[in-house]
Amino acid sequence: MLERLLILSAVLFCIGLYGVLSRRHIIAVLMALELMFNAVNIALVAFSRYVTPADLAGPGGMAENARYVLTGQGLAVFVIVAAAAEVALGLALVIALIRRTDTLDITGVSLMRR
Amino acid sequence: MVAEGAVWGIIALPLAAGALAAAALLPALRPLARASGYVAILGVGGAFALSLLVLDAALGADGAIGFPVRSWLTVGDPTSAGGFEMTVGLLLDPLSAVMVALVSGVSMLVMLFSLGYMRKAVDGEGGAWADYPRYFAYMSWFTAAMLGLVLALNLIQLFVFWELVGLFSYLLIGFWYHRPAAAAAAKKAFIITRIGDFGFMLALLYLYLHRAEFLALGENPFEIPAILAAAPLLPVSVAMWVSLGILAGAMGKSAQFPLNTWLPDAMEGPTPVSSLIHAATMVAAGVFLVARMFPLFAESTVALNAVAIVGGTTAVLAAAMGVVANDIKRVLAFSTVSQLGYMFLALGVGAWPVAIFHLLTHAFFKCLLFLSAGSVHHSVHTFDMRYMGGLRAWMPVTYVLTLIGALSLMGIAPLAGFWSKDEVLAAAWSADGAGSVVVSRLVFVLGMAAVFMTAFYVSRLVLMTFHGEFRGGIDAVPDEERIPDEAHLVGHVHRAESPLVMTLPMAVLAVLAIIAGVALNALTPLGPLPVHGLTHFLGGATRAFDPVIAGASTLLALTGIGLALGMHRRGSLALTDLPQPWSVVHRFLARRLYMDHLYETLIVRRVLYRGLFLATDWADRRLVDGTVDVVGWVGRNGGRAVAQLQTGQVQVYGVAVFMGVIVMLVLFMFQR
Repeated sequence: MLERLLILSAVLFCIGLYGVLSRRHIIAVLMALELMFNAVNIALVAFSRYVTPADLAGPGGMAENARYVLTGQGLAVFVIVAAAAEVALGLALVIALIRRTDTLDITGVSLMRR
Repeated sequence: MVAEGAVWGIIALPLAAGALAAAALLPALRPLARASGYVAILGVGGAFALSLLVLDAALGADGAIGFPVRSWLTVGDPTSAGGFEMTVGLLLDPLSAVMVALVSGVSMLVMLFSLGYMRKAVDGEGGAWADYPRYFAYMSWFTAAMLGLVLALNLIQLFVFWELVGLFSYLLIGFWYHRPAAAAAAKKAFIITRIGDFGFMLALLYLYLHRAEFLALGENPFEIPAILAAAPLLPVSVAMWVSLGILAGAMGKSAQFPLNTWLPDAMEGPTPVSSLIHAATMVAAGVFLVARMFPLFAESTVALNAVAIVGGTTAVLAAAMGVVANDIKRVLAFSTVSQLGYMFLALGVGAWPVAIFHLLTHAFFKCLLFLSAGSVHHSVHTFDMRYMGGLRAWMPVTYVLTLIGALSLMGIAPLAGFWSKDEVLAAAWSADGAGSVVVSRLVFVLGMAAVFMTAFYVSRLVLMTFHGEFRGGIDAVPDEERIPDEAHLVGHVHRAESPLVMTLPMAVLAVLAIIAGVALNALTPLGPLPVHGLTHFLGGATRAFDPVIAGASTLLALTGIGLALGMHRRGSLALTDLPQPWSVVHRFLARRLYMDHLYETLIVRRVLYRGLFLATDWADRRLVDGTVDVVGWVGRNGGRAVAQLQTGQVQVYGVAVFMGVIVMLVLFMFQR
């Protein structure tokens, strides 16, 4: 099951990466970025569910209880929160960009070169 | 026994006095300039008193007096070859005890003389005493450095004082630095002695390379007593190379052929400076150094022969050049070089106490003769003997004192010079040193030849200066020959004896020049005087008086005097129009064997300038500058090229980051 989830995560990540690097519309870039976030979240949750931490797997350990250790899932929730904040920031930047250049096409923006 | 503090005081007193004298250079203390002379004399006088105390203690002691050796600098473990310990201390044995008394005593007398001499004849800017603070500070510091050199325990310590002595010599030769000739002479003296010192430094490095041999004996490779004690145990080649290196240093300092060219030029300094530094003390440092390291030299026949040949050659060549010089100080300078040659000759034939004996007597009579030259200059304001003559009419005291110094220098019995010169010649003839017999006999012949020439040029000096008609002094010197700086002295020739402050030190030196030979090293029992006192004290073998050699050298000296008198009668002592082939010889000698020409034109201009300097200049422009330019070009153009990658497009950067991640992933995979 872990492999399938990781393949899903990788595919999602690659789609997102392609979008980030190739789209010219800034909103599309932001959306592709969200895809990459969620690919990472899927990987995080999958590892947390299927990989037993070493100190729980040893003899006399509580391997059975490992499935109730929810650290990875908790972390994924934090990532979702951070992503939401990032989207808010990104959209603010988009508005600033529109005000300045009156366009949503990021290939025309090369302010960093100066 | 003597306290260690007292011996350090010998060095410290002149040092402190020099600092006090220099303080008068401060504008606020300018009015006290005159006092700086007295302060310096007090300091050196104190050092002289301590020196006598030390000499007395050394006379009472048997051999060297031990003092604690202090560690100054330790690197690593000094007992292993990887470490090194620099020690400082005092080496007080009969040799250094005699030398400190000589240096401080003569220095005190010369400074006393300077009180009169350095007072300006014509009031210039800053009053008659304007030169005092700088002059007396330098002289005091020079004396301190020289005393430190003599008392040094460690060769590196000695080397430091050796260089300090060179520095003060430089400063004093160039004392009148506004004269181009004085500035050039100072530079020349510094550079040429430095060439010799390079050899000295190589000897130190060579000793350091062989430190394991000293460490095996539990000794420090730079402490002089340790080196001398270990000398017989060292391989002959080590003794030879170290000795030759030290000899090179001594040759530079003592102006031995072929490094002799700086001393005649050094006469550009004030005359008392020439008297103290370039006649009595500093130039004798080379002789002192070889005498100090003598047991090491004695291990190597090659080194001893080299010392003897250098000395013999110098004695003759310098005397020959002295014959044709017209400047009274130049004559004395050549004479000094020649007499130092005698001392080296004595060292080379193994008679080092005799060399020190001659060093002492020479210090007295040559110092006296230089002070006489200063006294003469004080009256006629020129050093050119062609414009003197007849000075005895109004300078009777100077005349008599000069005559005493001259007879002593010529080696006429019973004056001091006779005894020491005779001992040198006797030692060379007997050839019982460690050097080879052939070399010993050869240098004996050279020494005898120098006796004749010495007698001639000294008689010439006395006759041209004090006898005959007065030829006008500075007033008669043609404009083009006159030192520009002295133009204001024209018309100030005063036909009077020098003041007492100048003649008194001369008189003291004259007494020493008469009695020093008999008093220090009497050959037969004379009342309370010990027979061969100095030689015994220094710890050398003694030799019976040889009447045949003494008679022969006296005869040669008298012949020289007779020749000079005869030429004086005929009025041809100025050696102006000589018949062939003598005129050729005269020109050759007057140009100083073309040695300056050789050094300056050939070596400096051709070899160094045309060859070395232009080559290094080319290398600097093309290779060094070229490399730097290429580095700059690569940076500039490389930066421009890389700047093209900066598009400002976020997505391009994103691609670059992604590529980087992939590269890192691949690397990690292959590293596994």
